[in-house]
Amino acid sequence: MITLSHYIVLGAILFCIAVAGLFINRKNVIVLLMAIELMLLAVNTNFVAFSRFFGDVGGQVFVFFILTVAAAESAIGLAILVLLFRNRSTINVAEIDSMKG
Amino acid sequence: MSLSLSILLTIALAPLVGSILAGLFGRVIGRAGAHTVTLLGVAIACGLSFYVLYQLVWGGAQNFNQDVYTWFEIGKLHASVGFMVDRLTAMMMVVVTFVSLLVHLYTIGYMADDPGYQRFFSYISLFTFSMLMLVMSNNFMQLFFGWEAVGLVSYLLIGFWYKRPTAIFANLKAFLVNRVGDFGFLLGIAAILFFLNTLDYQTAFDAAPTLVGKTLQITQNHAWDAATVIGILLFIGAMGKSAQVPLHVWLPDSMEGPTPISALIHAATMVTAGIFMVARMSPLFELTDAALSFILVIGSTTALFTGLIGIVQNDIKRVIAYSTLSQLGYMTVALGVSAYSGAVFHLMTHAFFKALLFLGAGSVIIGMHHEQDMRYMGGLRKYMPITWITMWIGSLALAGTPFFSGFYSKDAIIEAVGESHRWGANYAYFCVLAGVFVTSLYSFRLLYMTFHGKERFTVEHKAHGHGHDAHDDHHDDDHGHHTPGVLEHAPHESPWVVTVPLVLLAIPSILIGFFTVGPMLFGDWFGKAIHVNEENNVLGELAHEFHGALNMGIHGFTAAPFWLAFAGFAVATYVYLFNPSIADKAKRALKPVYELLNHKYWIDELYFAVFAKGGVKLGEGLAKVGDAAIIDGAIVNGSAGLVQRIASGTRRLQSGFLFHYAFAMILGLILLLGGYWLIGQ
Repeated sequence: MITLSHYIVLGAILFCIAVAGLFINRKNVIVLLMAIELMLLAVNTNFVAFSRFFGDVGGQVFVFFILTVAAAESAIGLAILVLLFRNRSTINVAEIDSMKG
Repeated sequence: MSLSLSILLTIALAPLVGSILAGLFGRVIGRAGAHTVTLLGVAIACGLSFYVLYQLVWGGAQNFNQDVYTWFEIGKLHASVGFMVDRLTAMMMVVVTFVSLLVHLYTIGYMADDPGYQRFFSYISLFTFSMLMLVMSNNFMQLFFGWEAVGLVSYLLIGFWYKRPTAIFANLKAFLVNRVGDFGFLLGIAAILFFLNTLDYQTAFDAAPTLVGKTLQITQNHAWDAATVIGILLFIGAMGKSAQVPLHVWLPDSMEGPTPISALIHAATMVTAGIFMVARMSPLFELTDAALSFILVIGSTTALFTGLIGIVQNDIKRVIAYSTLSQLGYMTVALGVSAYSGAVFHLMTHAFFKALLFLGAGSVIIGMHHEQDMRYMGGLRKYMPITWITMWIGSLALAGTPFFSGFYSKDAIIEAVGESHRWGANYAYFCVLAGVFVTSLYSFRLLYMTFHGKERFTVEHKAHGHGHDAHDDHHDDDHGHHTPGVLEHAPHESPWVVTVPLVLLAIPSILIGFFTVGPMLFGDWFGKAIHVNEENNVLGELAHEFHGALNMGIHGFTAAPFWLAFAGFAVATYVYLFNPSIADKAKRALKPVYELLNHKYWIDELYFAVFAKGGVKLGEGLAKVGDAAIIDGAIVNGSAGLVQRIASGTRRLQSGFLFHYAFAMILGLILLLGGYWLIGQ
């Protein structure tokens, strides 16, 4: 029997993998974007699970919105990435520190 | 009938107009224009002052006391500009404007070639205006205004030759020493406002009796009598302005200024402002024996000990300056024994003969081509007879020769001191009697060294110039280029603009005492302007023995002061006329005394070491500790440094790496949620 807690644990694991991806990754900006997507997916999983649990469709509707926004965000993120590569000829995260104070 | 306000306003403002015209438009109106407008302004003021005096004394006019203009109002404090004109004021007005008029005239000759001609006329006219505002005031605020204004003009004129370092030093010194006195004066005025709630003279004098019994808690454990505190504080102001010991040090140095202002400001008028002020405040001073004793002791010390310095001075102007100090001491002594009218009377006679002596000294200085050292003079009487005779008249008046004006005033003061029973009167009596001998000694020493005996200068004719016009070259600021005692041309008598004032001043120096001693000193001439309590009225006591000026003069020949003066005359005659080597022998024999006097009791050195150096040290200390260390170091740079230190710590957090920021965000989120969770538990 798969209970609600299984879904929540899955969401938590996905989220933690995404966070770890953000920190551990020192090479590639694309991996960062993927980690963010993964984070959103973890949230979506939780939304769908709770939606089923409470019998409320609102959560599933919300997931569609998030997916839409995530798609747009990825497009923008990739566009920024292209510009970044054009300007700095690298997508290595460890070298991008121009915000240093 | 009463005096008209417009006349009084004209008296006060005419010199001001002249001053503004000469000062601001000096280039436009030129030299002749500058002396014409100022002379005209002062002449108008002088003529109208005589008219006012005439109206008050013979015309039966009432005393004038009226506010003219409201200066400012703060709550209950009402400061106005107003005039109080009674006989005391009118007499002062006449003295001030008359001497000022003659000094204006004299200046035309004395400053003839000075580049600052217009400026000088502007200043002395401004001085006349300030002095008139001071004496005509009907309230303490305007008095203070006049007081400070004359101080300012004095400062400007002492430093008139502003390229000379000594003049700049002297005017700074005069200004600073006067600040000490003015501080006391201002506190005195504040005390009057505090106790009597008014700045108006008449209201304050009417309310003065309420001061009795009031006290002021200045120090712990001891309550000070209010009237004494007010009296002493006001007198401290007078000590500064009238150069009484220990605030006398500025007056001899003020001789750095041109001679006409030494005559006008530092002998005849401004320095007597303190005397006038105390006489004017007599209803207040009469309440306090302690303050009057204080005045008496200060005055008598000044009278004797500054006179002694005059004996060893060699600069002709400095001798007269110390003589002025000594005579101011006499006036102060008179104030101290409640003989206010005696002080004012001496003020008047002194104004004439001291202005005469100064202007005479100035004439000698012109004649000697700006040599001031008496050691290089001698035998001048045949070169400048008018100056010689008028200087003799002035010196005889100063020494108190019977029938001269100085005799009546000085003798009255000495007798009043002898009559008084106030604490300190014995000491004062000794000082004023000894002072007579000293006065006579230095006066005749000056005359002999200057006009009699052998000529101690040589005349070297230079090839390029002759005649009397060339001495004008010396008018510039640098007088030190010639050898002492060597003149390029023979001494000569001064032009008429210089000698006429001498003659005009010599007349009152002889006569004015004789004609005014009866009413002014022993009559009720001043009326209510001067208030003396019955038990203090020493002049009233003397009045019983007064049988006319003629008798007083004849009686004077048998009194002690005359013989003391004669002894001074005899010593001076023997030492400086017949046997000059005695002076040098005496100098060597009495070396310690001579050194003491020559260094003016080392008071200047003391003040310089303690106050001037101390002030500089204090300033440097405050600059180092207070400004540089605390304000700059701790507060200004300290706060900036703190921000910088905090910022340099926090900017390390800003690594620029995206993952660090993301980590901080998530950490924050976890902490926030964790916090909510903990609270929810």
